[in-house]
Amino acid sequence: MLDLILFAIPALFVLAGALIVIFAKNPVHNSMGLVLTLASLAVVYITLNATFVAMVQMLVYAGAVMTLFLFVIMMIGVDKAEQTKEEIKGQTFLVLGTLILLGSLLTYVVINSGFKWDLWFPAVEYSIEGTPNLIASTLFTGWVFPFEVISILLIVAATAAIALAYDTKTVRKDDDD
Amino acid sequence: MIEVTTDWYLTLAALLFSIGFIGMMVRRNALIMFMCIELMLNAVNLTFITASKHFGTIDAQVAVFFVLVVAAAEVVVGLAIIVSIFKKQETASVDILRSSKG
Repeated sequence: MLDLILFAIPALFVLAGALIVIFAKNPVHNSMGLVLTLASLAVVYITLNATFVAMVQMLVYAGAVMTLFLFVIMMIGVDKAEQTKEEIKGQTFLVLGTLILLGSLLTYVVINSGFKWDLWFPAVEYSIEGTPNLIASTLFTGWVFPFEVISILLIVAATAAIALAYDTKTVRKDDDD
Repeated sequence: MIEVTTDWYLTLAALLFSIGFIGMMVRRNALIMFMCIELMLNAVNLTFITASKHFGTIDAQVAVFFVLVVAAAEVVVGLAIIVSIFKKQETASVDILRSSKG
């Protein structure tokens, strides 16, 4: 019973937050819905024995990424109404068609499997705890090369962000003066 | 007595991904489209961690870290692009943006 409660309540919050993200009109409300989703997902991760990932989720996503989002929302203004006129012809029909296609594909798969939800492989009996020790020992032994590649990606992304945001014209003006 | 099995988590991830996808399709504000991408990435993370529990291996949780880093890098570059476009065009709506046509 405790299992069910620990799953159902965060899952409800996850879906509610996701719906807020796509339906709210004010961008600040959207980002708060995303915070709700991310924080509830961290709870779900804890019930799945992934404690370290849950903490990183709270710090990186609900902390850093959302701060960045809110910063940009404040920068470009929250009072602008979203443009609702259709600029691309027939976009509504295209989206509807795609959604119906995907929905019918999903329905076909579910019906074709005879409503049997058994997975191919049964779950293992033991459970592992995602502690920092265990994750670090895997990350720095078998995953060293991807780790190095991802560090290069981060450096490139940071450099690109600076290059994009750097206003070269004003600096040159200052140099002339 | 209902037992919470792997399927429940996978269903939650599928629902989350679908919501993110629908939002990506129907919203026109570039910032909100970014948030929907975050929703989809988080659905994938949930699937990874469910698999980690189901199979009893830690590798999936390491993969989640890589997804996290890629998402962070994507947000940084994407928001920088939105800000620099906004400086020129005064809008964040993806339909009005003609400048990316080249």
